[in-house]
Amino acid sequence: MAPPNTDRKDWPLFEIFIRPKNGLSHKHVGSLHAADARMALDNARDVYTRRGEGVSIWAVPAASIAASDPSEKASLFEPADDKIYRHPTFYDIPAAVKNI
Amino acid sequence: MYTQGLDSKTEHGTQPPPRLVTAEDNRFQERVDAEEKIEPRDWMPEGYRRTLVRQISQHAHSEIVGMLPEGNWITRAPSLRRKVALLAKVQDEGGHGLYLYSAAETLGVSRDELVEQLLSGKAKYSSIFNYPTPTWADIGAIGWLVDGAAIMNQVPLCRCSYGPYARAMVRICREESFHQRQGYELMLALATGTAEQKRMAQDALNRWWWPALMMFGPSDDQSAHSAQNMAWKIKRFSNDELRQRFVDATVPQAEFLGLTIPDPDLRLDPESGHHRFGAIDWTEFNEILKGNGPCNRERIEARRKAWDEGAWVREAASAHAAKRAARALKKAG
Amino acid sequence: MSTDRQQALFGYALRLGDTSLVLGHRLSEWCGHAPELEEDIALTNVALDLVGHARLLLSYAGEIEGKGRDEDRLAYRRDVFDYRNHLLAEQPNRDFGHTIVRQFLHDSWAVELYGRLAASADPTLAGIAAKAVKEVRYHVRHSADWLIRLGDGTDVSRARVADALERLWSYTGEMFERDAAEDTLVAAGIAPDPAELRTAWNTRVAAVLEEATLDRPTDGWMQKGGRRGEHSEHLGYLLAEMQFLPRAYPDAVW
Repeated sequence: MAPPNTDRKDWPLFEIFIRPKNGLSHKHVGSLHAADARMALDNARDVYTRRGEGVSIWAVPAASIAASDPSEKASLFEPADDKIYRHPTFYDIPAAVKNI
Repeated sequence: MYTQGLDSKTEHGTQPPPRLVTAEDNRFQERVDAEEKIEPRDWMPEGYRRTLVRQISQHAHSEIVGMLPEGNWITRAPSLRRKVALLAKVQDEGGHGLYLYSAAETLGVSRDELVEQLLSGKAKYSSIFNYPTPTWADIGAIGWLVDGAAIMNQVPLCRCSYGPYARAMVRICREESFHQRQGYELMLALATGTAEQKRMAQDALNRWWWPALMMFGPSDDQSAHSAQNMAWKIKRFSNDELRQRFVDATVPQAEFLGLTIPDPDLRLDPESGHHRFGAIDWTEFNEILKGNGPCNRERIEARRKAWDEGAWVREAASAHAAKRAARALKKAG
Repeated sequence: MSTDRQQALFGYALRLGDTSLVLGHRLSEWCGHAPELEEDIALTNVALDLVGHARLLLSYAGEIEGKGRDEDRLAYRRDVFDYRNHLLAEQPNRDFGHTIVRQFLHDSWAVELYGRLAASADPTLAGIAAKAVKEVRYHVRHSADWLIRLGDGTDVSRARVADALERLWSYTGEMFERDAAEDTLVAAGIAPDPAELRTAWNTRVAAVLEEATLDRPTDGWMQKGGRRGEHSEHLGYLLAEMQFLPRAYPDAVW
């Protein structure tokens, strides 16, 4: 755990993720400021679920998120574009074969 | 609109000097032209970033300052139903301000800096919120006209090229749909009520009509940044286009209420199907943007008071969080 | 239903409704002026819940009374001496610390009350309480968390909430008062026993104050009168503001 930061004036930024309903993943909805994690959850409840938008909240300190660099987009993600053998349509199966 | 201070030539004086167009600029423009969204860590021209920070923060400030004129009537709403509706509406404005500050923060500026700019009077916000709300009908007029004008502008912003801004606007537009209806319903109750209520409604329309038209900002030929912002797809329609749309939508609504729009030159042009309206008093608009509106000082004072009086609370929460973290560290260590 | 019990039930619903309305009104005064944007939204949520409870309770009171008074008639056309709210609710916001202390002292009572009232022999009250208790549980979490932050925050925040606690403490006795009318309702299983509420309230308040590193004020003289319509000076101003339009335009529908 990082030592508490006592010299900052503003409350830290938290990224908020909400599960709209059971069966779905948490989805990023925005961010907010809070002094601590519990306050972040409460604030998220008040700010982002006023119209019944969710059943579960994650609040993540924005500073804790590791993000990929957009300038590396080509090397990170484009190699996946031509790996068509990862997709089921790559394989020819005679129409007579069922349940596959 | 909520960011009309941006395209007022009086604020900037001169255009920034042209700079060399680089290959990166061209690639960026190609992405924008292809309707690709720009995300926070993507490369973007400095001017694009600067314009967005200013536009989004002005929009956010407008939402926050906009809580004040309507907030005046929360404690005086004439029925409990009206009270909860207004309270929820003003709360929504606060939420919208928050979503927008969040979007601005993705561009590398902190909310504290933006708040500081508002409180010091450096940042602009929509001219409309510097008008007073002396009667209850003003709450109806704001919902109907001001939110109505805002929707005209905000719906296209849902397709803004900058992802976080566009997403915030989608959320805002979804929530905002009840605001205008609330305002119109309120006006309808007044317009079909007692003679005094009807007078109240007409008086509010008289005072809010022209300021509502000014919300769209200067005419296109006077607007400083339109072309570049259109090319960047930060802006989708010109000020005059949106203003015309608003007038065309609102005139029949006023007729239904049996109220008179305070413009002797207003008439339907049968050929184009558009309502032609009289000249807007841009002197008044410019004076209000400069800080000389009827409530400019009160609005900033109220925000500053809330901020200053809240300082000990914010500090206490930070201090408590630090104590807790230190205790947890000690326990773990 | 006997007239006595009906009268008692009317008074009870009115007291709960008025308390929610007045406190909700006080919180709504914060809207647009809170210490931070997130907290502005949070306080307004609590205010909305409270005014929501007031609407249900006042509508029900009007129904029990049977004289055709609806929620608005009751809210907007009664003067100070006909209001039955707790004196605690009408105390002014003063600063955020006072607001939080007032809210915590109230919420700690409300959460115990509505929890028990959900099992009331009166099905309407039980229904209202079942809805309210979910919201009130969140309110008390919110106000207790803040009291802890402010009590165990900085020297300034600690002094402010300690002062508020001292100042508001004498308004807490009234919440657990008991009179003949309420005895009737307790006996009929309609209202919970105030003594039970007091025990639970004491436990919660003690625990939170301890975590907030604040001393519990001693139980001295307690202010009373809300349930008889004897109020502080503050309520008159609150009602003058709240009731202005319906009073100024008595024939109008809004």
